[in-house]
Amino acid sequence: MVTTRRSAAPLLLLLLPAALLALPQVLPRFHIYVAEIVLLTALLATSLNLAIGYTGLYQFGHAVFYGIGAYGTALTLTRSGMPAPVAFLAGPLAAAALSLLIGLICIRLSKLYFGMLQISLGSLVWAVVYRWYSFTGGDDGIHGIPLPDAIGSPKGSYYFTLAVTALCVFAMYRIVRSPFGKVIQGIRDNPVRAAAIGVDVRLHQLAVLVIAGFFGGVAGSLFVVVENSVFPDMMFWTFSLEVLIMCLLGGMYTFFGPFVGASAIVLLRVFASVHTRYWSLLLGTILALVIIFLPDGVLGVFVRRPRKREAPDA
Amino acid sequence: MLDVESVVKSFDGFKAVDGANLRVDAGEIVAVIGPNGAGKTTLFHLLTGHLSPDSGRILFKGKEIGGLPPHVICRRGITRSFQVANIFPRLSVFENVQIAVLSRERKTFRIFSPVAGMAKEEVDRILRSVGLFDRRDVESDLLSHGEKKVLEIAVALGGNPELLILDEPTAGMAPEETERCIRLIRKLSEESGLTILFCEHDIALVFEIANRIMVMVRGVTVVQGSGEEVRRNSEVQSAYLGESGEC
Repeated sequence: MVTTRRSAAPLLLLLLPAALLALPQVLPRFHIYVAEIVLLTALLATSLNLAIGYTGLYQFGHAVFYGIGAYGTALTLTRSGMPAPVAFLAGPLAAAALSLLIGLICIRLSKLYFGMLQISLGSLVWAVVYRWYSFTGGDDGIHGIPLPDAIGSPKGSYYFTLAVTALCVFAMYRIVRSPFGKVIQGIRDNPVRAAAIGVDVRLHQLAVLVIAGFFGGVAGSLFVVVENSVFPDMMFWTFSLEVLIMCLLGGMYTFFGPFVGASAIVLLRVFASVHTRYWSLLLGTILALVIIFLPDGVLGVFVRRPRKREAPDA
Repeated sequence: MLDVESVVKSFDGFKAVDGANLRVDAGEIVAVIGPNGAGKTTLFHLLTGHLSPDSGRILFKGKEIGGLPPHVICRRGITRSFQVANIFPRLSVFENVQIAVLSRERKTFRIFSPVAGMAKEEVDRILRSVGLFDRRDVESDLLSHGEKKVLEIAVALGGNPELLILDEPTAGMAPEETERCIRLIRKLSEESGLTILFCEHDIALVFEIANRIMVMVRGVTVVQGSGEEVRRNSEVQSAYLGESGEC
């Protein structure tokens, strides 16, 4: 059972890095850019999945932490004169801090109420960013953000994005396979039981929110590298839902499901929108089919198979 | 070890527990019996922090625990199983017990060390002792109802408790599963000297394994004593045993 469960992962883990490393050598500029967006969006979706898939927290406002990560880095780069490494830490740390703050307020509520309050508070943050022209640039956002030469070129920014994404995904992979990772899955399955075995449920949930916010913020910082700009729409609640859909599509009970879901949606948006303005219709159809036929997501199917084989002797 | 003194808990004016008294000494198996709605489960929820008492005292090893949150009470040495099988359905049997052990060892905030082999010996020992070792890698949701109830006990044992509270451990079990479960409870008490408090509908079973029995009717403790004392109590006979016609 253990071997079948893991069969898909090692193959991907071997082929994928090779393909990703070679990619900018063979693809044109635009496709390198698309690959960067895929990577950072996949990182964003994976970070959201720590909260939703692994801990069972209805994290409905995740794009806010993505946006704050981006603005944190962008503002530090344009306004503080601090060195770039500081800016790339400032974004994620600001996202983690905001996540802690919003988490402290929301954590007392359960399930949907948690999610709804989080959307509301997130919209508040969005509104501030959207209106505060003198500081955030308001709805214009911030453009032409100066970057260090090493990551300013297309290839430089690609390899930087790839390295940071890989490092963060690896870190999260380690986290879900740690004692902490197992315990949060226990909390997801049964918070009452978790408390009865001595787990401080809220403290663990809060820690997850901070970690998820941090990595969401890293994705936001990468957005600055890729786009040279930030704008308030990246933290609007509709984008939070889009990231949520990525997790559902790929399979939120698998680690790499959100990665697959994010890649699928970004690619679909980029390539289908060339042919039709109604690409979201296509997305909707695919999503409906996935939900009906693959309720555990695309990758969930592969993980679920051993479970079914196990069933008859249960 | 455990002293409950005139504990009261009401919900919207309905007194679910209305003056319960209970004493459990170290090493004993104590049973709480009573008709449906007598307040047994509510009493257990009060003992493990899932509810807070309105008044009265709950002393564990001489210290007040009434009103403390469940995870704190667990760390003081009381773990429990629930009436409805209450497990972590998406985790394997092994992992269910493993996180209980890790929680006791305060390792739940280790975020980078691999969990895979952690606490393996202890978890395997617990699974062997409850008879679930050959199911250790099965996703626990796929277990039979009886196995889930046993897994619940195993999860509670993962906390290495001094007092184990079992809320209707054999509810819904097939006769042979019940038999196995009783043997398990007795074995736990005899081999590791574990103190066990449980409630149960099966009266024959209660008289068979409990050192002492507490009888609750409508939230009130009617009597607490040995099986013989309880049997002789006229109030119990009319209020409870007479009704069920079992003894």
